[in-house]
Amino acid sequence: MTNIELPASQEAIRRVREDPHRLGHRAHGADEPVEGAGHGATGPASKRILVGYGFWIFLLSDIVMFSCFFAAFAVQRDATAGGPTIGEIVDIPRVAFETAALLLSSYTCMLSFAAVNARNRLWTEIFLFITGLLGLVFVLLELQEFIELAMRGITPQRSGMLTSFFGLVGLHGLHVTLGGMWLATMMAQVLIKGFRREVVHRLICFNLFWHALDIVWIGIFTIVYLMGSGA
Amino acid sequence: MFGKLDLSAIPLSQPIPLITSAVVILLALGVLVLITVKGWWPYLWRDWITSVDHKRIGVMYCLLGVLMLIRGFADAIMMRTQQAVAINAPGYLPPEHYNQIFTAHGTIMILFGAMPLVLGFMNFLVPLQLGVRDVAFPTFNSVGFWLTASGALLVNVSLFIGEFARTGWLPYPPLSETAYTPGVGVDYYLWAVQISGVGTLITGINIVTTVLKMRCRGMGYLRMPVFCWTALASSLLIVAVFPVLTATLAMLTLDRYLGFHYFTNTAGGNPMMFVNLVWAWGHPEVYILVLPAFGIFSEIFPTFSGKPLFGYRSMVAATLFICVVSLMVWLHHFFTMGAGAAVNTFFGISSSIIAVGTGVKIYNWIFTMYGGRVRFETPMLWSMGFIFTFIIGGLTGVLLAVPPADFLTHNSMFLVAHFHNVIVGGVVFAIFAGLEFWFPKVFGFRLHEGWGKTAFWLAFIGFWVTFAPLYILGLQGMTRRLQHINFDVWAPWLYVSVAGVGILVLGVIAQVTQLVVSIRNREKLRDVTGDPWDGRSLEWATPSPPPFFNFAVMPNVEGEEAYWGIKLRAVETQQLSPEPAYEPIEMPLNSPVGIYTAFSPRSSVSR
Repeated sequence: MTNIELPASQEAIRRVREDPHRLGHRAHGADEPVEGAGHGATGPASKRILVGYGFWIFLLSDIVMFSCFFAAFAVQRDATAGGPTIGEIVDIPRVAFETAALLLSSYTCMLSFAAVNARNRLWTEIFLFITGLLGLVFVLLELQEFIELAMRGITPQRSGMLTSFFGLVGLHGLHVTLGGMWLATMMAQVLIKGFRREVVHRLICFNLFWHALDIVWIGIFTIVYLMGSGA
Repeated sequence: MFGKLDLSAIPLSQPIPLITSAVVILLALGVLVLITVKGWWPYLWRDWITSVDHKRIGVMYCLLGVLMLIRGFADAIMMRTQQAVAINAPGYLPPEHYNQIFTAHGTIMILFGAMPLVLGFMNFLVPLQLGVRDVAFPTFNSVGFWLTASGALLVNVSLFIGEFARTGWLPYPPLSETAYTPGVGVDYYLWAVQISGVGTLITGINIVTTVLKMRCRGMGYLRMPVFCWTALASSLLIVAVFPVLTATLAMLTLDRYLGFHYFTNTAGGNPMMFVNLVWAWGHPEVYILVLPAFGIFSEIFPTFSGKPLFGYRSMVAATLFICVVSLMVWLHHFFTMGAGAAVNTFFGISSSIIAVGTGVKIYNWIFTMYGGRVRFETPMLWSMGFIFTFIIGGLTGVLLAVPPADFLTHNSMFLVAHFHNVIVGGVVFAIFAGLEFWFPKVFGFRLHEGWGKTAFWLAFIGFWVTFAPLYILGLQGMTRRLQHINFDVWAPWLYVSVAGVGILVLGVIAQVTQLVVSIRNREKLRDVTGDPWDGRSLEWATPSPPPFFNFAVMPNVEGEEAYWGIKLRAVETQQLSPEPAYEPIEMPLNSPVGIYTAFSPRSSVSR
């Protein structure tokens, strides 16, 4: 490569290397602004950044929704109405296994995106499949927990505490289930459509969604299960 | 399939809803027949229903909002006349019907009247003012609108089939629980508000992303028109609090459908939790409405004063101050519900402090007019009427924010007068000012000046004649939502109030006449310049109506008040800007996804 005659292209290569997705990492300093990042006065951001940014905003709103269910649990934690307490219904070994499966699935999800960046269809599909499998393990374990509780007569209709417990944990389980369906759809799209621009954008959003569910789960694991088992 | 509904849900024995239903159904059928006979369906489908153009969606939002304002106004007429005739008498509305009417009035006016209009303005204006070609997610935008429309449809269907909630516009439990309200009314409320809430959230996400990431070259944050700032603040609030509404309504739905105990007064449910959660949404919601209204006034005052906005940066700071503090005042809606002195004090102080931000804005608008060449055209009349009305409403609000005073006025007609004073005086006046101001931009011709001024004076006087008596009634001890009245001393003020409604009816007639007269004289009122008011922001740089791509070449902004700067330069140099280099551009295709998502029963299953 002849760097001497083409300083402009050299500059472009440097920029791609340092800021491949034009996230504008160099725009805050004294350097010239980065186009396509949507910062300051540089003009509209690229579609890729818009999609990721918009999805982040959605995730924030989703987390606000979870926060209401967390608040309800905090308010109703001791409203057992003479029924079982939170300490009597949590089963730490199973939940620890669930947690491991979900956190591991976040790791494989990230690996699948590394494969997307390498435009490797096979490894993308393999890691997405493992992610989905781990998600399925998580959902099935949670389902088992719910069914076992219901067999003992412990249902949301029993008390305010159980209402908020099933509401919060169930809402997260519902998110993971929907995320699993989304994952299956993405696997099909990668298979059929390949790494088209819009498919990659959807994969970005899916990754953000899956990791956000992990963050929410860490909150649930800590506040509902770990703090509950000590009660 | 029909759940709790059967044939008895059709109100055959009640003449008022039955006749209304018949008239509305006939009108709707008439419109459908007209569209079919004239062969307008392909045009409607292609240019409106499946359109993802932010301007078309904005116009449809406003159309929906205006229709619902009229529906809500009909409810208001019934309430005021009922209270005027039901003095030591039963009146003409039975209690169960009257309760549905005040519930529907609040729900419709806030969520299906004011919200769509505000979202419509944001949709139409934000991309144009930022100098870009569309919002960040055009198809998503269409989905948001159609979800709101389907929520509005559900509320109105409840008029013909079944009933609407009788709980007040925020269905407080335990009254709204199945044990006390087993009928379908609350269910209608829950689904309608939930669906339209999701639509609003979608629009909020869209506007936040658009403002933060899609400004044209040179449009730094502190060069954005104030309307964009207020749209951003309002959308940030939507993203922050509409999920709270979604969660709260989901909890109440679980209580009603599956016997959960979130808000029941048995088995450890906690009704106060609903009140806290719903107002944690509800109070920011009024700022979601009023911030864009402030934005509209911030565009109108400089334009009609021929001066830049006074204190632009303090205006931005006040907007963001209100945006943040509005999340910390919700408890003032229930000072009387036992939170204790310390908590009440905190929320009393925060509720008083939030008035400071609004005060800054009021002074800025007044100083914008000071020393300017003020043109008293219709949008400016609405804006000046707003300043007067809103100050009174704000002052009574500060009074209500003092907990000991609130104990005397809580749930009284004083409160009713206060919030109509700020919402009608703030939001509705802004909407009418904005409709007058941007109508030529949207449709390419101005509205008739004389009828516009007539409508303003009728609405302004009518508003005060209607609501000033309610302040007095509140101080005399009259509580809100009374189906009949047993105290003769209240009668004179109730008669004055109903006379005020009569003036407001004339105002509505004047507005409709203005529209009809303007459409008939549209050739004479045609806006050929694209800049009928000598405007200052970028939307006036486009022709009226703007082409679907907004700007053939993306503008490059070089200062505040982008279009004003371009005009000044042209005047100084005595020549137009050089012909730009045109390039191919990318625009989104039409999409029926929105209407399918909102109205197809299979869409939720098969998509």
